[in-house]
Amino acid sequence: MSGLAGEALEVLWGALGVLPWVGAYLLLVALLGLLWRALGRGRGDAARRTVTFGDAGAVRGSPAAAVLSVVAVFLLWASFTGSALVPSWLRAPDAFTGTGRFAYLAELPDGSRDEGTVTVLVAPPGESPPAPEVAPGAGAVPDAAVVVNAHRSVLVPPPEGARVLAVEGQAVAPGGPPVALPWGAVSLTARGTLQVTPDPGWRMEPIWLPPPEAVAARLGEVARDGYRNASLLEHLSYSIFRVVTGFLLGALVGIPLGYAMGLSGWFRGWFDPVVEFMRPVPPLALIPLVIIWAGIGEGGKVILLFLASLWIMAIAARAGVSGVRLSKVHAAYSLGASRLQVLRHVVVPNSLPDIFTGARVAMGVCWGTVVAAELVAADRGAGMMIMAASKFQQTDVVLMGIALIGLIGWGIDLLMRAAERALVPWKGRA
Amino acid sequence: MLFRPPGGGAVEALRDVSLDLASGDLVSVLGPSGCGKTTLLNIVAGFLAPTAGAVSLDGRPVAGPGPERGMVFQQGALFEWMSVADNVAFGPRMRGAPRAERLALVERLLDTVGLAGFGPKAIYELSGGMQQRVALARCLAGDPEVVLMDEPLGALDALTREKMQGLVLRVWRETGKTVLLITHSVEEALLLGRRLVVMAPRPGRVHRVYELPFADLAAGADLREVKRLPLFAERREEILSMIWDMEEEIMAGATP
Repeated sequence: MSGLAGEALEVLWGALGVLPWVGAYLLLVALLGLLWRALGRGRGDAARRTVTFGDAGAVRGSPAAAVLSVVAVFLLWASFTGSALVPSWLRAPDAFTGTGRFAYLAELPDGSRDEGTVTVLVAPPGESPPAPEVAPGAGAVPDAAVVVNAHRSVLVPPPEGARVLAVEGQAVAPGGPPVALPWGAVSLTARGTLQVTPDPGWRMEPIWLPPPEAVAARLGEVARDGYRNASLLEHLSYSIFRVVTGFLLGALVGIPLGYAMGLSGWFRGWFDPVVEFMRPVPPLALIPLVIIWAGIGEGGKVILLFLASLWIMAIAARAGVSGVRLSKVHAAYSLGASRLQVLRHVVVPNSLPDIFTGARVAMGVCWGTVVAAELVAADRGAGMMIMAASKFQQTDVVLMGIALIGLIGWGIDLLMRAAERALVPWKGRA
Repeated sequence: MLFRPPGGGAVEALRDVSLDLASGDLVSVLGPSGCGKTTLLNIVAGFLAPTAGAVSLDGRPVAGPGPERGMVFQQGALFEWMSVADNVAFGPRMRGAPRAERLALVERLLDTVGLAGFGPKAIYELSGGMQQRVALARCLAGDPEVVLMDEPLGALDALTREKMQGLVLRVWRETGKTVLLITHSVEEALLLGRRLVVMAPRPGRVHRVYELPFADLAAGADLREVKRLPLFAERREEILSMIWDMEEEIMAGATP
């Protein structure tokens, strides 16, 4: 339990460290909002209304804010990755590359002191040029040269038995604070070795966050050549195929099940324990069981998505049936409708809005579940693509995959909403 | 009629209610809340089976809902997933009437209720008053012998309500249907009842029956003219104070 408390404290500290950044971002958002209002654009038709704050029902998202927020994401991304898409003055300062030098004073075991110079060649990431030639010099502490990549640090051991006293004239102690140089910093490790850290700048390394154009280029490349023995379209269609198949099977079983539960007390009593128990089980928790039962092929994934959508659709259909107004049923019967006609013309159409709501939720859950299932085990699919890429530290592929997964999920929801508007136009307007 | 609520005990909703409707009659039922008027209508419609007694139509016992007893509900009983025309054509379609016949019937009935040309509209595009006109047309399309109305104008605003009262009278006179109407508005009960049944609560029973001339006077004439008659005002005050007394009694007997 103490480990848990320690973790919690660590998370809290981490969050505190992020706080200034979040604050700066929110301040920027608020300032831009004030600016927009000062320009007289924020009011529009509502300008005649005197009560504006508190009328939360009338709040509509500002299109300008939406556009700016997306632009801001890309701007921040481009700026902190040194993207070529933004002018150089917008790019965050880059890490130092080139040659730096510092002198240090060391005391030898015999008590004599001497000064040595270290030449540091800071190479761009990924390059490894030879160390520059340096004459050792005449003193007991020889001059030296080292090569280091930007964003990394390098250890420079002093001569055997020597004790470093000062760097560039400033006293240093093992484990003490570093000495700042124009191009980086030098400190002493606890064991007395010089540690040289060139200035890392403000940009992210591509391995953490590649610039937008790298992700776009990778998208083009993967779209053209495929990734891991399958084309991009194939990866995505596999995921979509699994979702659609699993969802349709779930709806095919779940909707009649929900109808039965909604129409008969016996069926409701019989299936309620199962449905109410299975509903809160996250589909992701079923992945291990499904792998044990059905392996990692298509069958397992379709079963998983079937189970993910089944309960949602059953509950939606049940709610849709239960929500029918008795007066509608009475009206149908007194117009001469039979039981079957009441079911066909009243109960079923009345349940459609709820079923569509359920279908939207189920599609969202299925899409999330399929990606997670592919992360665990798959040879094709959007989730598999980003998992494989992460193992090879291909961050650009990971980002590209996440963007595509998000876009497809969004597209699915847009389609569902369009279908809803076309098929149940009376929803929420009765 | 005895109700046995799940909590135990029994509520006597109706006791010894006897009502005889002649063909072409116009009967309104009025009473304070809880007097069992809706229960009575539900029994006549066949939605409820009485614990004692019987309902019969033309000598045949009523065992359940049927198209010979059409019903107009207070509100929200239209099918939103159908157009206005499909709502009106619902009854004929259920009994398998041919399409051409249905279309002609819908056109005629929409014209009767003053909604000519509204057939293709969606239900949610209509106002509350228009929706009740559709409900009336839908009920008439089933060609019932008896039209049962459960506070059909209860949710409408005063002006729309008055127009609809005229419509109900006109339809009654033109079609010759037997109409049984439940209302909590005294004025409406006076106007839309050749016979007015005042019910009393706990147990629900017939308190008094009036024979009234207003429905015959108002059919085809100005409603407000009728409402201005001295006899109308006199009856209104009489019945109002009667119901008022009953409500007072209920409140006095109410246990918190």
